[in-house]
Amino acid sequence: MGQITLQRVRKSFGPVNIIKDANLDIENGSFVVFVGPSGCGKTTLLRLIAGLEDVTGGQILIDGRNVVDVPPAKRGLSMVFQSYALYPHMSVRGNIAFGLKMAGLPRPEIDKKVEAAAATLNLTPYLDRKPRELSGGQRQRVAIGRAIVREPKAFLFDEPLSNLDAALRVQMRLEVTKLQKQLGTTAIYVTHDQVEAMTMADKIVVLNAGLIEQYGSPLELYEHPANIFVAGFIGSPKMNFVPGEAAGEPGVATLGVRPEHLRIGKEGEGWPGTVSVAEHLGSDTFLYVDAGKLGMLTARCIGEFNLKAGDRVWLSPEPGRLHRFDKEGGVIKA
Amino acid sequence: MARKVTSRRVWVSTAAAWFFGFLIFLPILWMVLTSFKTELDAFAMPPKFLFFHWTTENYATVQERSDYFHHALNSIIVAGGSTLIAMLIAVPAAWSMAFAPTKRTKDILFWMLSTKMMPPVGVLVPIYLIYRDFGLLDTRAGLVFILCLGNLPIVVWMLFTYFKEIPKDILEAARMDGATIGRELVYVLTPMAVPGLASTLLLNFILAWNEAFWTLNLSTLDAAPLTVFIASYSSPEGLFWAKLSAASTLAIAPIIVLGWFTQRQLVRGLTFGAVK
Repeated sequence: MGQITLQRVRKSFGPVNIIKDANLDIENGSFVVFVGPSGCGKTTLLRLIAGLEDVTGGQILIDGRNVVDVPPAKRGLSMVFQSYALYPHMSVRGNIAFGLKMAGLPRPEIDKKVEAAAATLNLTPYLDRKPRELSGGQRQRVAIGRAIVREPKAFLFDEPLSNLDAALRVQMRLEVTKLQKQLGTTAIYVTHDQVEAMTMADKIVVLNAGLIEQYGSPLELYEHPANIFVAGFIGSPKMNFVPGEAAGEPGVATLGVRPEHLRIGKEGEGWPGTVSVAEHLGSDTFLYVDAGKLGMLTARCIGEFNLKAGDRVWLSPEPGRLHRFDKEGGVIKA
Repeated sequence: MARKVTSRRVWVSTAAAWFFGFLIFLPILWMVLTSFKTELDAFAMPPKFLFFHWTTENYATVQERSDYFHHALNSIIVAGGSTLIAMLIAVPAAWSMAFAPTKRTKDILFWMLSTKMMPPVGVLVPIYLIYRDFGLLDTRAGLVFILCLGNLPIVVWMLFTYFKEIPKDILEAARMDGATIGRELVYVLTPMAVPGLASTLLLNFILAWNEAFWTLNLSTLDAAPLTVFIASYSSPEGLFWAKLSAASTLAIAPIIVLGWFTQRQLVRGLTFGAVK
């Protein structure tokens, strides 16, 4: 079991409030990603759950038990660090076994579990090597092995893939997701990369300046962002924002439309503009269009478009794909 | 851009390295050679390099006149004792400053270092008087005490920089893995700190071994280490170069042997923090 609930959790360092009133319900077995810009408090929130930082106020419940006064090791969680944090003087076997050794398990049982974990992660040939003799991806696997071998209630991942190169990151992303589904263990994953968030998560928590802006499935966030911050943070390229009045919608402060929901229309239909840059990726074409008083707009068109800088275009948003925001940045429900 | 290393460049830098290495080693070589000369050859002009009458009589005279082993034992006790006590004090101090720093930690570190800026001669008279009144003059305990105090700032600083290098993540990983503070110390921190502890220990031992100001001023015979033993060969009747060289060779021999076997640790200790 690994049901984690945060109730009115607060954390401040001196006069600085890092986490302001976080409420969250993480279901057993789900993969939850904390995402947000750097300094938004996502790592702090993870460390509060881990017990590596003490809360200033509020409660953290794991399977219904308040754990704010429980030391990290007794919370039944395991963590994978950004720097891997392997013990450099121990072999891979020693690294993976350390937690079990501390728990006082008998030797044969430790060996059995370590070998099973190593087999799951394809680490068996490296069990007697030191961390410095391994590649980045292998070290990452050892760090994950150290986490799974303890059969925790939940895994905590603190930007575990950010030290890997792009190709390896995509591969490890798949492996981590697969492993989590296979084990069925709750996972909390911190990242600043929204692609990682969208691809891995069952549910995403978008954090900004110490506040939870929205909590929902990737597609919920994509289709129904709760406010202008989430709308701008989720999705790539970024959502276009235009002033409501200029777009012919008085009473709406800002109108948002995603680049992939802008269509190139016939002459005289929609918003006129001039192409300033056209990026031809083959599968897609990105157009950066100067639309006068509407500002710069990005349009993403599927396939190859024979448009170049200086061409005049007309853009119209797909019906039903417009997001309307009020002055405070909150979404206006239709 | 990586520079192209031509064989000519390699040859020139190798030759330069050997040349400067030899230049630095020359005084020690000369001292060893002189220790095997007669007093007459030691003074000879032009100097005799290898072709002189080799003799070991200087060593015999030196041992006869002033008991080498007595002073060597004193050196070992004073350098070893002061190093051990300094480590016992400095390890917990550096530990807490590295892992639980407060607002004042930096100030404390700089204050400790600042005590090394003052020339020791500035406090010679008060220290001498205190030692006289407490009966510490010419005692091993007195020397251990003063050398320990003198080296403590350096030891704390060295250990502090070593401990600082240990990533906090690893300690947190150990905490997540269920290690108590005691087990964290035994299984994670100490093994990672061993190279740092070893090179600090060595460097401090060498510093204490070579310390001449306090040992010369605060001891005469009973507690006198090898520094006093060497100095006794520079007398009002004149310098006995051959005997002085023999005494010096004997005095530095143990430390050279120690340094030879531990050179890797020493280099790491001396360049730590400068080269990463």
